[in-house]
Amino acid sequence: MDAPSVVHAAAPPASTRIALQGINAFYGEKRALFDVNLEIPDNAVTAFIGASGCGKSTLLRCLNRMNDTIPGARVEGRILMDGTDINGADIDPVQVRTRIGMVFQKPNPFPMSIYENIAYGPRTHKLVSTKADLDELVESSLRRAALWDEVKDRLGKPGLGLSGGQQQRLVIARALAVSPAVILMDEPCSALDPIATAHIEALIDQLRKHTCIVIVTHSMAQAARVSQITAFFHMGKLIESGSTDQIFTMPKVEQTQDYITGRFG
Amino acid sequence: MKQLSPATRARYFRRQLVDRLMGGLCMLAAGIGLALLGLILWMLFSKGLGGLSLSVFTNSMAQPGAGGGLANAIVGSIIQVGLGAMIGAPLGMMVGVYLSEVGKESKFASVVRFVNDILLSAPSVLIGLFVYQIAVEPFGGFSGFAGAISLALIAMPIVARTTEDILRLVPQAYRDGAVALGSRENEVVRKVVLPAAFGGILTGVLLAVARIAGETAPLLFTSLGNTNWSTDMTQPMASLPIAIYRYAGSAYDEWVSLAWTGAMLITVGVLLLNILSRFSHAAVAGKTGG
Repeated sequence: MDAPSVVHAAAPPASTRIALQGINAFYGEKRALFDVNLEIPDNAVTAFIGASGCGKSTLLRCLNRMNDTIPGARVEGRILMDGTDINGADIDPVQVRTRIGMVFQKPNPFPMSIYENIAYGPRTHKLVSTKADLDELVESSLRRAALWDEVKDRLGKPGLGLSGGQQQRLVIARALAVSPAVILMDEPCSALDPIATAHIEALIDQLRKHTCIVIVTHSMAQAARVSQITAFFHMGKLIESGSTDQIFTMPKVEQTQDYITGRFG
Repeated sequence: MKQLSPATRARYFRRQLVDRLMGGLCMLAAGIGLALLGLILWMLFSKGLGGLSLSVFTNSMAQPGAGGGLANAIVGSIIQVGLGAMIGAPLGMMVGVYLSEVGKESKFASVVRFVNDILLSAPSVLIGLFVYQIAVEPFGGFSGFAGAISLALIAMPIVARTTEDILRLVPQAYRDGAVALGSRENEVVRKVVLPAAFGGILTGVLLAVARIAGETAPLLFTSLGNTNWSTDMTQPMASLPIAIYRYAGSAYDEWVSLAWTGAMLITVGVLLLNILSRFSHAAVAGKTGG
C-alpha cells in the first residue's frame, strides 16, 4: 500500500481518531496544560514537540489515562476517541489502555523471555485460546515490529538480553500484540544510538499505515522525518499545530519559528 | 615537574597518612569480626563433632548412659520451623505486597510499616509470652502448634520487610509497561512485579527460616520441649534450641556433648540455608537476566 499523502493543514484530516477539547491538566497545585484543543488523525504520525516541561509528555499520558496512576494528577476537558470520551464515568481505564498502546522513553521489557514478553498482553486479555494461535500472534507481532528475523531462534531467551534498539522494538511488538488502534510513543529513541533510531523510525513509518501514532520527541529532525502532523507546545500551551511540512517550512507563529530554528528552548 | 611548596607537601602526606590509617582501621574491624566467627565455628566443630554419631539422628533424648540422641528434637524443630514458615511467610509476603504496591505512602500503610518494625525488633521472649496467653493457656497446655505460631510471628515481620524492600527495587518501568498494556493492579503485581522479585523474596524467606530455626525463648513458653519422641502437634514438642538449652547446663558430660552437637547441627543447617538463598537468588536473577 502506498503511504497516504501528507495531510495538509488547510484540509481537515480524512478521519479524526482522537479529538482533544479544552484539556487542562494539574499535578497537585501545579498546572501542566492550558486549554489544549487538537485533532489527531488516523493512519498518520502526530509529533508533539517543545522544550522540556512544556507539557507534551503530560498530554501524551492523558491519552491512555496513565496520569491516573500518579497521585494528585487531575485532567479536565474531553478526550474523544472515535467519538467516546475516554474520561467518561462509565469508561474503565483498563479498556482505554487496551485500545491505546504505549512505548516508553527507556525500553522496558519485562524480565521474562522474548516470547513471554509478547504473550503477556494476549494472555492478560484472553485474546487467543490455543498455544498455536498464541505462537502465531507472537510471530506476527515480532514480524510487524521488524524483529522476528533477529530473535526467531532465541524466543526463550530473556528479553533483557537484547540490545537497546532490539528491546525497544520488542516492547513495540508487545504493544502490537493486543492490536491497539493508537500507539503512543514517549521519546522512544532518546536512549538509542543513531542506527537503532533509524530502525525504529522506519518501523514507525510502516506502522502508521494501519494505526494512529502519537510521538513525543526532543529531536526536531526526528519530528520532521517521521511525522505528518506536528504540534508545538510551550509552557503547557499548544502554540501551533499543522502539517509537519507547514510547521517546519512556514510556521504561522513566531515562537514556533524560534523553536524550530533553535533560537530558544 | 614543579617543586611543591613545603605546606602543600605536608598536607599531601597528612592526607595520605589519614587515608592509610582509616583503611587500616576498617581492615582491623573486618578482621576481628571474621576471627570471632572463625573462633565460634572452630569451637562448635571441635566440641560438637565428638558427639556426632548415627544415634544422634536415630535415637530420641534419653537418660545419661542410655545412648540417647537428638532425633526427636531434630524432627520437632523441622516440624515447628516448617509450619511456622508456612504460616509466617505467606502472611509476611502479603503484608510486603500491601506496603509496596497498594498502601504505598498512605496513612494506614505508614502505621502498618511502623508496627511491623516494632514487631521486627520485639524481644522474642515477649512473643513467646504472648503466644502462651493466646494459644497455650486457653487450650490447656503446651503444644507444637503454639511453638509453630510463635515462630510464625517472628518470621512474618522479617518476610514482610524483605518483601517490601525487594519489591521497591523492581523498576517502576515494569509496572508502567504492564499498566499501559491494560493490566489491572492485581495482574501487574502477580504477573510482572512478583516474578521479577521472586529470587529476592525467596532469599528473605530462607533467611527468616534460618532465623527462627535458632530461636529458643519463644519455644520455652509454647512447645516447652519434650524428652520423648512425639509428632503430635497438640502435645509438648521437642526442638533443638530447647534441647541445647537443657543439656548445655546439665551435670552430665554426655548431655553437654550432645548440646554442642545440636548447636553444630543448627549452625550447619543455617549455613546451608544461607548458601541456598544465595544460590536461589543468583539462579533466578540469571534466568530473567535481571
